[in-house]
Amino acid sequence: MPGAAIEIENLSKEYPYGFLNLKKKVSLENLSMRVEAGEVFGFLGPNGAGKSTTIKLLMRLIFPTSGTARILGKSIEDVSTHQSIGYLPEQPYFYDYLTAAELLDYFARFHRLTTDDRRERVQRMLKKVGLETAKSIQLRKYSKGMLQRVGMAQAILHEPEVVVLDEPMSGLDPLGRREVRDIILALKREGRTVLFSTHILSDAEMLCDRVGVIVGGKLRGVGTPGEMVGIQTQGMEILFEVPGAAKKFALMDRATRTGERYRVQVSEGQLYEALDELKGAGARILSVAQIKPTLEDFFMDLVEADRAQASAVEVSGK
Amino acid sequence: MKNIWIVATNTFREAVRDRVLYNLVFFALLMMAAAIVVGQISIGIEQTVIVSLGLAAISLIGLFIAVFIGVGLVSKEMDKRTLYALLAKPVKRWEFLLGKYAGLVMTLTVNTGAMAVGLYAALWSVKQPLVGSDAYVFVAVYLILLKLALIVALAMLFSCFTTPFLAILFTAGVYVAGVFAYDLRTIQALNLSPATVKMVRGISYLLPNFQNFNVTGAVAHARGVPGALVLHVTFYTLVYCALVLTGASAVFSRRNLK
Amino acid sequence: MTGRIIGGLVLTTVLVVGLAAVWALQKRIDTEQGQLRLEQDDLLMRSGSTVKKLSLEYAPLMGAIYWTRAVQYYGEKHRLQKRGLDLLWPLLDIATTLDPNLVVAYRFGSMFLSDAPPRGAGRPDLAVKLLERGIQANPDDWQLYQDLGNVYYFDAKDYPKAAAAFEEGSRNPRAKIWMKVLAAKIAGQGRSLDTSYFLWQQVHDTTTDELIRENAELHLRLLKVDLDLRALDQFLDEYEKQTGKRAKRMSEIVEAGLLKKIPTDSGGFPYVVGASGKAELNLNSPLLEEKLENPN
Repeated sequence: MPGAAIEIENLSKEYPYGFLNLKKKVSLENLSMRVEAGEVFGFLGPNGAGKSTTIKLLMRLIFPTSGTARILGKSIEDVSTHQSIGYLPEQPYFYDYLTAAELLDYFARFHRLTTDDRRERVQRMLKKVGLETAKSIQLRKYSKGMLQRVGMAQAILHEPEVVVLDEPMSGLDPLGRREVRDIILALKREGRTVLFSTHILSDAEMLCDRVGVIVGGKLRGVGTPGEMVGIQTQGMEILFEVPGAAKKFALMDRATRTGERYRVQVSEGQLYEALDELKGAGARILSVAQIKPTLEDFFMDLVEADRAQASAVEVSGK
Repeated sequence: MKNIWIVATNTFREAVRDRVLYNLVFFALLMMAAAIVVGQISIGIEQTVIVSLGLAAISLIGLFIAVFIGVGLVSKEMDKRTLYALLAKPVKRWEFLLGKYAGLVMTLTVNTGAMAVGLYAALWSVKQPLVGSDAYVFVAVYLILLKLALIVALAMLFSCFTTPFLAILFTAGVYVAGVFAYDLRTIQALNLSPATVKMVRGISYLLPNFQNFNVTGAVAHARGVPGALVLHVTFYTLVYCALVLTGASAVFSRRNLK
Repeated sequence: MTGRIIGGLVLTTVLVVGLAAVWALQKRIDTEQGQLRLEQDDLLMRSGSTVKKLSLEYAPLMGAIYWTRAVQYYGEKHRLQKRGLDLLWPLLDIATTLDPNLVVAYRFGSMFLSDAPPRGAGRPDLAVKLLERGIQANPDDWQLYQDLGNVYYFDAKDYPKAAAAFEEGSRNPRAKIWMKVLAAKIAGQGRSLDTSYFLWQQVHDTTTDELIRENAELHLRLLKVDLDLRALDQFLDEYEKQTGKRAKRMSEIVEAGLLKKIPTDSGGFPYVVGASGKAELNLNSPLLEEKLENPN
């Protein structure tokens, strides 16, 4: 189908383990998903949920137990698709006896660029990720953050249409994370498709056109960040102060107190009533804000539900 | 094809920057020096001693490199995950494998070549003038190199499906079995049934016969090595390596990485 | 799925073809290396005790390997009939030092060390040395006494010692009865054709080693000729007694009714009467050449 950069159909991965490999650990169960061309897609989930597994399956580092996938219309079994894909592995590690420039040059060779082209791009990439000064130092001396940057450079050096990043923010300081965010946005502006996995929800909310949430090997939902959490607000939150030993009023009882400050939640409809009550009681209103559920809440609910189901399964002995 | 060359040259570069190899070559040259000293003591057979000891040193050092580094070629990349980013490039798994193989064989060629020159120099230091038949030393080293190429292939095969430790064990095991393959063929069966003897003989043909590569005796006494033997052993190595590497590619192509 | 099956078939075919090529090449290389090895008589370590120390706990295994090498060495040298068997003793010496209980090595070794060239190394003294070591380590093995007796009888030509060896061996309750009988016969008569034939017959009938049996057959063939000739000479003498003259041809003996038909050797060639009037081998018989090569 036109427009899809990545199509995944019923992808499953099982790992046999235990005595005679008779038991099976299901890492991924019937995943079906689409990533449209040109969008930034966030793959969310707690550790061990199957995000890395999915990405490794796409990159043919591991092989599916069942199911298929296509990238840019071609089956993942076709290695030539890798010409148009860039990949940053989780916690990347590269040949430590090479310098950054040598590594990028080495990887660039597989993309059959002309020598001049290659040289120029390597320089440009090093500059882009801020490693120009360190380019002749052997990678064994690089910090984790620097390795992550080299990893990003080798992923985008050949100007791929699809960029797949496995936990690109992990191990970076806030400055580093900001740089990665900028790169992702730049890629989007260039019209490239970006798929990245993360468990940092705020990044996903900020960057992604759509997110897919995966917990316990199963896809729980796909949609825009807004869709995922529902557009309805859950009400309003009022922050107020009650000076001195004023007499108590109903709202005060409902509120949570920190020192002299009180925080209370009311529905939208009750807002003006509550404000009047506060005014009457002589309270000083500090702020009134809309309560929007975050991706975090949605996420946590899912994880809780999954855990409850798992323990229920344990108890029932199935 | 080109991908194989790219991987091979990088593997060679890695070997050049690996200090371990220099230590080994230095050790080999030390052995040459020792051989000269020993040769001085045994009058009349300096040539025999120097050539025998020298070839033994080259063979032994080469064996260590072939087994230990050969096993590490693939397993190190899998362990350290340097392989991940590489396989995301438009490179097939078997191209990667053959590239690593070619790179190590190139390294071994340079190493053994250097040691051969050292040996020839050691020979020259005790025997002047050198005659044409002394050049057979290089033929002996060439055969040793063929042997090492086969061992690297075996090391890679085993490292594709077991842990590095076991791979080293298996490779060493096959090497020892292969050294005695010829003896197995002419085994004087003591308590074995004729059927077992036949089976053992059959297996002995299929094992890598490492005695094929050994011409030390002839060369140490400055006797020539027939060209037909060199040709046949070259073919033998090509065919056997092709088989082993095909097997390794097949295994590696379906292997799930960690 | 079909792709997987086709791939599997292709791989199997490649494997089979490849192994066949390996097999064919290996056979060629074996011959060429064999030639090369023939020209290089090399045994870097000749000291049995040194090799034993180096072998650690694998001494018996190394012994078996050296024993195998000894047999290969003999086989190659013997088959291609080149030079001497100089390395046979060192190889056997090391093999039996590493594993003193390698009885087969003593038996094989003693025969081919003592037998005269070109069949063996022609060193009965070394054969005796080997057997004495064997007997010391394996005192219960009466066949070693048999071998010792054979060495003394055939090659060292020391008949008292031969008789003593057979006598000693006969004391073993498992020994064959003939040992005692032969001990007495040799002590009394020394060498005789019947004894020789008998001893080789024993070797031939009891050995499981192909090379030993072949050697025994050779000796038996030659001894048979001697026995036949001796018998024929008796007929010739009888003829002379009857007719007063020496027969010129075998057919005359047959016509005289002394023999039913002209006797032939084991190859089917008829015996002839030689110029000296004694029975001789037919000139066409290959046994003649064998006899000339093995004058013993």
